[in-house]
Amino acid sequence: MTTKGLEFAGHELSRATLDACVKCTICETACPVSAVTPLFSGPKFVGPQAERFRNGESVDHSLDYCSSCGACTLACPQGVQIAELNSQARAVMKADHMPVRDQLITRTTLMGMMMTPVAPLANAALHNKPIRAIVEKVIGIHRDAPMPPAQTQTLQGWLKKRKAPTRKATRGPVVFFHGCAGGYFEVETSKKSIEVLEYLGYEVIVPKQGCCGLAQQSNGLFDQASAAVLKLCDELRSGGKDLTIISSSGSCTGMLKHEAHEIMGVSDDRLKDVGTRIRDMMEFLLDLHDAGELPTDFQAIDMTVPYHAPCQLKSQGMGQPAVEVLKLIPGLTVVESGAVCCGIAGTYGLKKEKYEVAQAVGKPLFDMVKRTNPDLALCDTETCRWQIEQSSGVKTEHPVWMVHRAYGLS
Amino acid sequence: MRKLAVDVVVIGGGSTGAGVVRDVAMRGYSAVLLDRADLGQGTTGRFHGLLHSGGRYVVSDPMSATECAQENAILARIQASAIETTGGYFVTCPGDDPAFADKFLAGAAATGVPAREIAVAEALRNEPRLNPGIMRAVEVEDGTVDGWQLVWGAANSAKAYGAQVLTYHAVTRIDREGNRVSAVHCTDLKSGEEVVIDCNFVLNCAGPWAGQIAHMAGADPVDVIPGRGIMIAMNHRLVNRVVNRMIYPADGDILVPVHTVSIIGTTDVKVDDPDNLAIEQDEVQQMLDAGEVLIPGFRNARALHAWAGARPLIKDKRVAAADTRHMSRGMAVIDHTERDGLDGMLTIGGGKLTTYRLMAEHIVDAMCEKLGETRECRTAKENIPGPEATRNYVVTHRLEEREHDRLEEQIICECELMSRKMFTEALANQPKGTFDDLRRQLRLGMGPCQGGFCTTRATGIALETDHIDIERANGLLRLFLKNRWIGLWPILYGDQVRQTALDNWIFQGTLDVEHLPQPESEVAL
Repeated sequence: MTTKGLEFAGHELSRATLDACVKCTICETACPVSAVTPLFSGPKFVGPQAERFRNGESVDHSLDYCSSCGACTLACPQGVQIAELNSQARAVMKADHMPVRDQLITRTTLMGMMMTPVAPLANAALHNKPIRAIVEKVIGIHRDAPMPPAQTQTLQGWLKKRKAPTRKATRGPVVFFHGCAGGYFEVETSKKSIEVLEYLGYEVIVPKQGCCGLAQQSNGLFDQASAAVLKLCDELRSGGKDLTIISSSGSCTGMLKHEAHEIMGVSDDRLKDVGTRIRDMMEFLLDLHDAGELPTDFQAIDMTVPYHAPCQLKSQGMGQPAVEVLKLIPGLTVVESGAVCCGIAGTYGLKKEKYEVAQAVGKPLFDMVKRTNPDLALCDTETCRWQIEQSSGVKTEHPVWMVHRAYGLS
Repeated sequence: MRKLAVDVVVIGGGSTGAGVVRDVAMRGYSAVLLDRADLGQGTTGRFHGLLHSGGRYVVSDPMSATECAQENAILARIQASAIETTGGYFVTCPGDDPAFADKFLAGAAATGVPAREIAVAEALRNEPRLNPGIMRAVEVEDGTVDGWQLVWGAANSAKAYGAQVLTYHAVTRIDREGNRVSAVHCTDLKSGEEVVIDCNFVLNCAGPWAGQIAHMAGADPVDVIPGRGIMIAMNHRLVNRVVNRMIYPADGDILVPVHTVSIIGTTDVKVDDPDNLAIEQDEVQQMLDAGEVLIPGFRNARALHAWAGARPLIKDKRVAAADTRHMSRGMAVIDHTERDGLDGMLTIGGGKLTTYRLMAEHIVDAMCEKLGETRECRTAKENIPGPEATRNYVVTHRLEEREHDRLEEQIICECELMSRKMFTEALANQPKGTFDDLRRQLRLGMGPCQGGFCTTRATGIALETDHIDIERANGLLRLFLKNRWIGLWPILYGDQVRQTALDNWIFQGTLDVEHLPQPESEVAL
């Protein structure tokens, strides 16, 4: 490993923001992890305070209890990049001893590629208790942690086999970014997003694409993550110059919009180009509505549904577009969860030593979801949906499913 | 009145006095160290914290350069926990004469100061904030030193050899019997008690105040010219090595990473009174400009605190009296027998923190010679015991300690990661101390919030553990805040303004400290 704290291009910038900290403690009150466990010393301590004592050598390994949810950075009224500092310090910490598990669970594309052809077998294994016990012991993934459901068909497989869209593309082309999860596991969400976009009159271009590197980034594997995100930028740019890029993979969108630059210091024109063109699916729909270009001839859906805005969506600073769009559907009552985080934070809640913490973080959300509607919840990001579904027993969908339904597409 | 009798009275509890009392005690003399305030409260605690490699003086003062190089190696060994071996760079900044580096390298070779020219790219890689326009870079063995730990280490070592250390004891009179010094009178400022110490010898190590002490003994005035210098601590380590400008010694040419901060300094202005050191606004601006040359964007970084110290330079007839920078940094032992016909007293001046041990060795050698005795100096050979005595300090130490006790210990000073236990232990050792006395040992209130959050916690704990009563608690709290403000006013710009505003809301708005019950006389020490 070549990663040393002071060598990150982005580190000097994040470190400079610690000058703005006035110790007000607002970040501590926003942190969902330190609220449930004393093992994590809290964002103010681990971020702007501890950073003054760092010189490239890692001595505070408890910082790894930070889930990287970013609630601290979002809450800070002074502009301190608290979560970013923590992520950078974690990369330094893990540079010399990266657990095999953290190498494995970050290979999301590989997981999808291996599991899809043997989906029934893979799913059986994931639900087999003795197998999960062995996995926990050997690799360190908690036996009860949610795992993605393997699908029998990838998104690319569906795109190849489906009939060409019949509706004429009146609004020109857009590029769709599905992410690893949207390509292999959450295929249905990608399909529904594409169908909604086509219904609205867009030609949807889906270039062959790999992983954004987010899981590697949040596990401190900056070198690999930086290479992955730039490769992805090339792939998305191949879809067409200046086209809007749309994604229903909320956290991967955040990686392209700001995390790759702010946390890892990737400073590349290709990233800048993609980062400024990319829109979250619900954000895109709301932009259309604000411009008076979104058809609102929605069918009524008489239902009260809980909606959880994921931490990695909130950190993009675009408000909660899903709430605004879903309000347009007659009969539908959306109840915001008010929860900071579901606890999973990407791969955090999978880990044996973090599982209990993640469950405690998510508990108020799970209770709220069960209370509000025991049959359905909405949430924009994949791992959060798996977490909510696993821990509350309530089926959890991307909000675009509702839009798809309300347009009469399902 | 209390009476004591010792062989030697050492006056002045800065680095020199502490080094001297240790040396005296190790050579088997009974000794007392006196200071009118706390240890290291004068010049020692008010400078850069630079442990010179000698590089600064290779061209201007070769003898000092050699002494620094030798003492640097000794101190890093015998007082490891007070010293961080950061290393240092001398860099040629845009506009500086690149040829000076050649003189520098030649001077380093001649004076025995380890120095090696490195590629500019290497310097920039290791210190990414450095001015990318630097033309040459030379690596030297500069380090940083915590002056207070250095002084306390030496004083504690002296105590282990039987010496007494009396802080807050102000010398009021020096008696003579005929031509010989016979006793020192002082007042215990905390209790008001008079103390008379019969002695055989007085070693005057009062630095900028040495002239005043010599005068009490009836000697002709010693020309000590206090050279005032200001320093500004920046919020975090902008560099991890000492960075010096590759020029003939000038103002604001050194940036030193000490503990969690980096310190830019210094200026040099002749003053008359070492007790009245102003921090002039133009000098603050001058320092910020100087920082900008070394680190572009320096002015946007957060300044925490400014202070001024006074160099104890002994007047040297080779240079004009107003030009203090170019007087000899070398130490001078003044023999009052030859000069004033006064036996039993020596005065030392000049020198620098880095050479404090050597200064002590010289003055104690001179005393032994006068007493006609041969006692060997052993201060360079014996390590000063302390926590982790053989391990050099590094900035990560406190974070590492808090990592280990984070589940049991409360943190009282969040900025400097001072635990409750650290505070209560220091308080038990120095129950009459002010919070500033404890600060110098613990770094309480020295971080970004400058006491905003820790002062009330510290006061509460001191009160709750019955070390102080409520009247003293209120007084100490006000005193601490007042003293912090002295160093805040001169640098009120940028991020630190927001901090002081918040602190002010807390103390005046929420806690209303200005309307605490007023005592008959305010707590001053």
